[in-house]
Amino acid sequence: MRIKNHPILNFPEKKDIPFYFEGRLLIGKEGDMIAFALHDNGIKVLSHSLKLKRPRGFFCGIGNCASCKMRVDGVDNVRTCITPLKENMRVEIQKDKGVVT
Amino acid sequence: MTEKDVIIIGGGPAGLCAAKILADQAVSVLLIDRDHHLGGQLIKQTHKFFGSEKQYAKNRGFEIAEILIKDIRDKPNVTTLLGATVAGVYHDHVISAVKDEKYLKYRAKAFIIATGASEKALAFENNDLPGIYGAGAIQTLMNLYGIIPEDEVLMVGSGNIGLIVSYQLLQAGVKVKGIIEALPVIGGYKVHATKLKRLGVPFYMQHTVKRAIGKETLEAVEIVRLTDDFKEIAAETKIIKTKALCIAVGLSPSSQLLGMMDVAMKYVKELGGLVPVLNETNQTSDPHIFACGDVSGIEEASAAMMNGYIAGLGALKQLGRAHPRHDELLHMYHHELELLRHSSYGEKTLAGLKKLGGGPYAN
Repeated sequence: MRIKNHPILNFPEKKDIPFYFEGRLLIGKEGDMIAFALHDNGIKVLSHSLKLKRPRGFFCGIGNCASCKMRVDGVDNVRTCITPLKENMRVEIQKDKGVVT
Repeated sequence: MTEKDVIIIGGGPAGLCAAKILADQAVSVLLIDRDHHLGGQLIKQTHKFFGSEKQYAKNRGFEIAEILIKDIRDKPNVTTLLGATVAGVYHDHVISAVKDEKYLKYRAKAFIIATGASEKALAFENNDLPGIYGAGAIQTLMNLYGIIPEDEVLMVGSGNIGLIVSYQLLQAGVKVKGIIEALPVIGGYKVHATKLKRLGVPFYMQHTVKRAIGKETLEAVEIVRLTDDFKEIAAETKIIKTKALCIAVGLSPSSQLLGMMDVAMKYVKELGGLVPVLNETNQTSDPHIFACGDVSGIEEASAAMMNGYIAGLGALKQLGRAHPRHDELLHMYHHELELLRHSSYGEKTLAGLKKLGGGPYAN
């Protein structure tokens, strides 16, 4: 959910950015990082652990922890918490370690 | 390969202040940051800072960042490289950085490492469930991107970060279901804790997280009471329903690059972990390499700024171009640090620095 009123910060209305998650059309906002646009759309599971396939979401939000790595426009291991959302981006949950393209 | 006099790695409060000292001198500077903007973690701080006017006290964190960034923005001798991660450091004073999937190489006569810190995790069952976040992630999501984590959040840690983020959650309209603290006393400033208590936030003192409950994402958290020697009291547990758990149990220095540079380092618990041994100009055991900010010991942004200035002065001296007011400024910034650290909350840092040795506190 987006913050409307805040006693200190201003969050002006931003342009809608359409993008796809697992083929589903979602709407983010201009300036969002991918992981945060997903969060606002209720998507918390961004990856799975390699061995036990446990669900993972973002933990650090600043590109340190690697639990938000996803496939973005066909490229694996993109740290979605520090990658800006772009129009019509295709975001997917990646398989295992991903592949180098 | 691009050559510079000084390369600063990290554009938070420490790196920016180092750049500021260098900006007015005849040296070429490259300031590198992994993020797409300068300011480090200051840009998501909405609270007013303590200290003196030297640290822009009484301003909010993001306002301080704006001031510092403005100070270096139009300086012709300071170049910034954003969205670039320094990946390798070599013995011939060359570093490589990755930007847009390309490797860039730079050589410099002096390096200032201001890479900051990363958040500590906490060990408990299911601590990897989505819905469990570091406090910094919640701040980023909420204060930079204007998105709330959930309607309700449970906080772990009553240090200043835990208290401040709890207050920021309330400001954003999020309910704080409680603050869990393993110690019998609140870790952060009393003024923050009192404000939260007044707003009805419960404090679970001498408690810790036993396990997180949930299938795909977090649904609830089981907490357990602790004895004075941190043993779990099995009969005293409580399940708190929450979709978000915020972990604010401290930071550890991001000293990986210093590790690659082979500078003398020590593990000092009070400073947050592995830190470089520094002299009075924040110079490491390698005379070309300086460190400042949280990477050289966890403190507040105000101290990081003072240490940034000091490292900047040190680098100038190392280049044989000492600042015209070197002695006076060095003395002043050390004095400011002393004032900051001699509040009751600086005790830990002072004890840590004593253990570390090397610096102005070594004698």
